[in-house]
Amino acid sequence: MTIASQTPREALIAAPPAATAPAPDRTPPKRRTTLTRNRWGYAYVAPFFLVFGAFSLYPFIYTAWVSLHRTSLSNIDGGTWVGLENYRNLLQSEFFWNAARNTLTIGILATVPQLCMALGLAHLLNYKLRGRTFFRTVMLMPYATSIAAATLVFAQLFGRDYGLINTFLEAVGLERIDWEAGTLSSQVAIAVIVTWRWTGYNALIYLAAMQSIPGELYEAAEIDGASRWKQFLHVTIPSLRPTILFTIVVSTIGAVQLFGEPLLFAGNGTTSGGSSGQYQTLGLLMYQQGWSNFHIGQAATTAWAMFMIILVIVGLNAVIGRLRSRADR
Amino acid sequence: MFSPSRRNAAVGAALAVLLTTAACGGSDDSADAAADYDPDAPVTLTVGTFGTMDFDNAGLYDEYMELHPNVTIEQNNIAQSAAYYKSLQTRLAAGSGLDDIQALEIGFIADVVTNHSDAFVDWAAEENADELEGNFYDWKWGQASTQDGATIALGTDSGPQAMCYRKDLFQQAGLPTDRAQVAELWPTWDAYLDTARQYKTTAGAAFLDSPASIFSSSVYQGEEAYNDEDGNPIPGESSGVESAWGYASLAAEEGLTANLSQFGDEWNAAFSNGAFATIACPAWMLGYINSQMGDAGAGLWDIAPLPGSSESASNWGGSFLGVPKDGENVEAAKELAEWLTAPEQQIKLFTETAHFPSSPAAADDPQVKDAVNEYFSGAPTGQIFGAAADGIRRTPIGPYDTQIQEAFTTALTDIASNGTSPEDAFQDALKASEQAIGG
Repeated sequence: MTIASQTPREALIAAPPAATAPAPDRTPPKRRTTLTRNRWGYAYVAPFFLVFGAFSLYPFIYTAWVSLHRTSLSNIDGGTWVGLENYRNLLQSEFFWNAARNTLTIGILATVPQLCMALGLAHLLNYKLRGRTFFRTVMLMPYATSIAAATLVFAQLFGRDYGLINTFLEAVGLERIDWEAGTLSSQVAIAVIVTWRWTGYNALIYLAAMQSIPGELYEAAEIDGASRWKQFLHVTIPSLRPTILFTIVVSTIGAVQLFGEPLLFAGNGTTSGGSSGQYQTLGLLMYQQGWSNFHIGQAATTAWAMFMIILVIVGLNAVIGRLRSRADR
Repeated sequence: MFSPSRRNAAVGAALAVLLTTAACGGSDDSADAAADYDPDAPVTLTVGTFGTMDFDNAGLYDEYMELHPNVTIEQNNIAQSAAYYKSLQTRLAAGSGLDDIQALEIGFIADVVTNHSDAFVDWAAEENADELEGNFYDWKWGQASTQDGATIALGTDSGPQAMCYRKDLFQQAGLPTDRAQVAELWPTWDAYLDTARQYKTTAGAAFLDSPASIFSSSVYQGEEAYNDEDGNPIPGESSGVESAWGYASLAAEEGLTANLSQFGDEWNAAFSNGAFATIACPAWMLGYINSQMGDAGAGLWDIAPLPGSSESASNWGGSFLGVPKDGENVEAAKELAEWLTAPEQQIKLFTETAHFPSSPAAADDPQVKDAVNEYFSGAPTGQIFGAAADGIRRTPIGPYDTQIQEAFTTALTDIASNGTSPEDAFQDALKASEQAIGG
């Protein structure tokens, strides 16, 4: 192991820097090719930076600017400067805290089972199975479905009077549930939609990472008498740690931005997130402020608050990840 | 001389500037269109509409193009009214991308009147203003008029309300089914609630679809709904809100409604499942019921007046046509908008596609007045809705009516589904409306 990993690095250091120290007579053509290559490099990356500037950086800064103004969609250029008032209002708004709480609980309800199931599925698919490609494709299909289509189907399944799930509950002698009315029931229903869409996607990421775990580790573990379950716990999980961290970060960002599912869950496009805001997420609150109530300044403030929350969570994850890997060393 | 990399950066920057100017430019044309207007010059007019406004289905565009061979009409339709309005607002803010004629829904007309009246042609300043005004119910003309007397849009259809009921379910519950006798069951909302209680005990089912059905139809029966005379929102002090909330929260608390949220999936399914026996019924709702139930519902429904309509009728829905001032074909667009909203065309829109007129002259025409709806057991829709349209009060409307109404109907649902007390729910609704208004 050590030899293999050292060789290329030494070779790289030892190798003569051919490009920077060419023979004197070949200098002019050489330099021209490096320059040309550089120039084309800029041309190749330019589209990304132009698009990034126009559709990410500019809106990002503009949103920050708007969040310091009292402005409405009807009067988008004529807002008045209010400084941090929008932020103060936001922190005092019970709608914000309600939405933040809902976002957190729905996020946990959706992300934890989702990642656990994805890990399990990936482990199963990592065995030699007949028709593996088929199963992998099937797993990715929910992810390929549009949120709108998936949510409409699930909203009908979770319907109070004519939903399939309630029909089933009644058939086995249980009480019907008014999924949309309750806080927990509506959040569970939304979490189910999210989980359904993203489990396969995460499973494939785990699967890809599992396949790069050297087989010798398993062989060695097996020789030591470790069961399949012990192998999973002590070989697979530790090897997947960076991947797991990545999926946690991505899922967290997705959870903070959750919007389509709660918007479409009621089926009539209202943005209040249920009769008492029981499943109004931060994304939905932002949309309601901006596009139902036309208060663009408040919506921009909410968007920035969401961004800060994501930064904090990602930062926490990174710190935890670093501490853990340091502790392992 | 530039080093190559810096030159590239300069090219990139120039490109970026070019792109942004291209995206933002191109808005200051037009201006003196009226001066050199030639009525026979070939012109293409665009009409921005939403939902099913049916000018095309009633054949009005074709007829106009036949009368004016130089005119070509193109319609840009967006299915959802809310999505249509968001794109209209951003275009108004940008001052570009507007169609020659823009349709405006009643839920948004007050916002346009308050915030964008400068962007539209003022019909009250036209030479034929008196004639135009005479075409419409005064409440309809008033809804599109500013405080200082500018009128920014002409009415198309309107939404006078009645109460639709299921004859078969009434019969099973031992209630009369004849529409004259049904009308006597509910001269007032209190009487209507008594009937609902009676129905609930005998049939064991909900009498109406949702508390919203009571709230949104009775709130406009008062002197004031969500705003005072000056158009300032006063949801907490309005007499209309107070009485509508009283009736609707009683119905929600006592479980007299199926507690469906209107236009949701379950509500749609409930039509064919007979989950409720009555529903507040603006003229356009007839088409909605028909499309939900299909042929199976023919003859099951009938129409009676709205409870309390002897005091005041109520309007729900309806639209307007406005002509943006800075368009390229303002004169031609004005002609088309006047023609499309004239009484004769409103009559055609009613007979072809059942949109009720906003013009008393059209409503009095025998083609409208004597109209019956076979699907609704031959109910005399022309007379029922005509009487309602005559009795509509000129209630002040404001820019936030749609949002405030949603806050209240949402809170009513909470009473019915989560057992929240009407007092708490009212406070929730007030908080939600304040959030919608403030900012």
